[in-house]
Amino acid sequence: MILRPILSSLTRHKLTVMLLMLQVALTCGIVCNVAFMIEERIARMSAPSGVAEDEVVLIDSVQVDPHTNPQMRHLEDVAALRAIPGVRSAVAVDAVPFNGSDWTSSLNTQPDSDANAASASVYNGTPGELQTLGLNLIAGRDFLPGEYLPLDSAHDGAGLGKVSTVIVTRALADKLFPAGNALGKSVYPFSQPARIVGIVDHLSRPGPHDAGAEDYSALFPLLPDTAEVTYVMRTAARNRKHVLEIAKATLTRLDGNRIVRQPSTFAQLRADYFHRDRTMVGLLLAAAVALAFVTAVAIAGLAHFWVGQRRRTIGIRRAIGATRGDILRYFQTENFLIVSGGVVLGLLLAMMLNLILMQQYEVPRLPVYYLPIGAAVLWLLGQLAVLGPALRAAAVPPVVATRSM
Amino acid sequence: MFGYYMDLALRSLRRSPVLTALMVLAIAVGIGASMTTLTVMHLLSGDPLPGRSQHIFYPQVDPTSRLNPHSQPYDMMDYHSAVDLWSAQRADRQALITVSALRLTAPTVHQPALMAQMLSTTSDFFPMFAVPFQYGNAWTAQDDARHARVAVISSDLNNKLFQGSDSVGRTLWLKDADVRIVGVLAPWRPSPQFYEVVGGRFSDGDTASFYGRPEDVFMPFFSSLEVNDGGFNPFTCWNAPDPGVKLQNSPCVWVALWVQLDSAAKVSGYRDYLASYAEQQKALGRFARADNTRMFDLMQWLDFNRVVPSDVRLQTWLAFAFLAICLFNTIGLLLAKFLRRAGEIGVRRALGASRAAVFAQCLVEAATIGLLGGLGGLLLTLLGLWLIRRQPVEYAELIHLDPSMFGLTFALAIAASLLAGVLPALRASRIAPALQLKTL
Repeated sequence: MILRPILSSLTRHKLTVMLLMLQVALTCGIVCNVAFMIEERIARMSAPSGVAEDEVVLIDSVQVDPHTNPQMRHLEDVAALRAIPGVRSAVAVDAVPFNGSDWTSSLNTQPDSDANAASASVYNGTPGELQTLGLNLIAGRDFLPGEYLPLDSAHDGAGLGKVSTVIVTRALADKLFPAGNALGKSVYPFSQPARIVGIVDHLSRPGPHDAGAEDYSALFPLLPDTAEVTYVMRTAARNRKHVLEIAKATLTRLDGNRIVRQPSTFAQLRADYFHRDRTMVGLLLAAAVALAFVTAVAIAGLAHFWVGQRRRTIGIRRAIGATRGDILRYFQTENFLIVSGGVVLGLLLAMMLNLILMQQYEVPRLPVYYLPIGAAVLWLLGQLAVLGPALRAAAVPPVVATRSM
Repeated sequence: MFGYYMDLALRSLRRSPVLTALMVLAIAVGIGASMTTLTVMHLLSGDPLPGRSQHIFYPQVDPTSRLNPHSQPYDMMDYHSAVDLWSAQRADRQALITVSALRLTAPTVHQPALMAQMLSTTSDFFPMFAVPFQYGNAWTAQDDARHARVAVISSDLNNKLFQGSDSVGRTLWLKDADVRIVGVLAPWRPSPQFYEVVGGRFSDGDTASFYGRPEDVFMPFFSSLEVNDGGFNPFTCWNAPDPGVKLQNSPCVWVALWVQLDSAAKVSGYRDYLASYAEQQKALGRFARADNTRMFDLMQWLDFNRVVPSDVRLQTWLAFAFLAICLFNTIGLLLAKFLRRAGEIGVRRALGASRAAVFAQCLVEAATIGLLGGLGGLLLTLLGLWLIRRQPVEYAELIHLDPSMFGLTFALAIAASLLAGVLPALRASRIAPALQLKTL
């Protein structure tokens, strides 16, 4: 098809064509970035937590009586929870992934130096935390019974300054020791060294953190001794509700002078934690679809007007030998040219927007493959939008040419 | 004349109902999305202390005892620095702040014990932040000094325990201590809960928790340390605390100080005082750095902590980008529509209508679309705000449409559609009548 006549016809509607191109460009720029944000959020929501999510349930207990020894209380509670039929193991912990109780500590690779430090979330719990959460130990071993110390929460977790062993996630091990030989090395929460005795595959942090640091977690053999504690139990997926009910009754029976709260399955905890992200994904998706729709309406509306305006010209072309296909292709090509102009601008705009977002919201760089996909989507959208009016144009009979109006 | 243009506009809009509906819908959705997000932004980013915030300041020092590569002072202070600065009484008003949770029961009220959030502060807190009282008063500076066991409670707690009656003089059991109620607040819901904002830059944009409710119990700082001994948590520590050492003497930051400074001279005076205090502490060997002090005013501190959640900011940008595209859409469609009526406009021009008259006629049509879009936009805004109120976020209950936003919705809708109408109307008014008449 010869482009000359199309181009010369477009130059007679410069303003309209420019407006449409700008609209396509804006849509392209925004939709590319929105799609990228959706992908990012979905990636965050579906990142593995490391926990056997379908088998873990948890319940919080807050001790009210200040004269009870919390550690003794935990021992007795855990023993009772383990005895519940269907419970495979139970532990008392101070945090689990996504529960928001995030104790972050800086771990150094040299004493008294912040060089090569990483900031990691600290997990403390009674023996058996690894099996109960279902963490996958990929190197080394679990803590030995003799390694456990009290957390000493009355003195702001002073136990962390005395502990001699630690288990870290693979991500944290690689961050601290990029050479990949973390096992057996020492880290320094404060001035005392703690030897890395085990590495687990994944363990998400209790709260949100920067991209790339979401898996920086360290487990310490420190026994919680706070009045507020979370009991974690592992059971078969189908027993979860039942076990939670019994656990709640058991804890209240053992000591009525406490507040038992938030019994939930790990799956619920995850759903609540990511509620904000799910809402945003929904909003972003709605925005992207609405933008595409509005642009499609603009393309279709304009084509509709142009077909009306050009009925006579189309009739003349048909009368002197153009086929229906020729007319159809004319409108399709015209649309392709306009959308292409918009897409070229739009891809530049997408990259610019991404640069602004990178500064404002710490969004990563837009992957290059978004650009061809974005272009293809807009071309397809343009062709779909123009198809109706173009078919109507193709249906204009040649006899129109002979009428005066 | 306006009535005639209105009639023409309605006729023209009725002639292509689908197109009209699409234009109105696009404007309505654009306006609805923008106004919903703008209302949320407006409510979340407002000044919590209008007229006073420029006099409220947040001093910071760096109490670390070893050289710290962190270039900024911590968001809170250690006990000694905070109490030193507070006791010096160099500002017009000053209040210490720290938060803890403790068990609360009201004797004679038959309700189970509850875990209450307690704000430990000093007497200046209430006048400095213009906290409204329903019954009684704040405690006095003397109460601070003699560690009085008194408390002020929130109106929520008063409703819950005492059904809203005047509970001044009654006793609360806080942990193991008897505490007398001296004041009950009127409903008070600052947005954000500004006096407690810390650590915003570490929260990864998830700052909705800054919009929570104020605490239920307010107690004099020093007596609360005795009552809830061991119940306080540090914000962060720069060294491992030694066993057996109280939080007050540990290398941890957990107390905030707010000061009120009523003149520019006092502000610079206080900055000098902070610097000299840091110098003195460095000379004593307690601070490693003397040059790491800072003092933001209230709004700067909120900005520094990026209190408006990043999702809300992102939604606002997105909504306005959407409105922009809807505008382009309307410009394009109006242009096509007006130019298609070139013949009709040519006849009007030939019959004596001036360019201005044609321009006005086109603008009236555009404004009509804007008005209809604004109505739809208002409904969509109400729907959007209703949806946000149902979200499980702390600021949900703060969200409402205020009269200024109501007016702004219409102003924005009509301005947007007029803006969209100007270019097409200009083009239409410049149609040459002779050319059009020839083709008729």
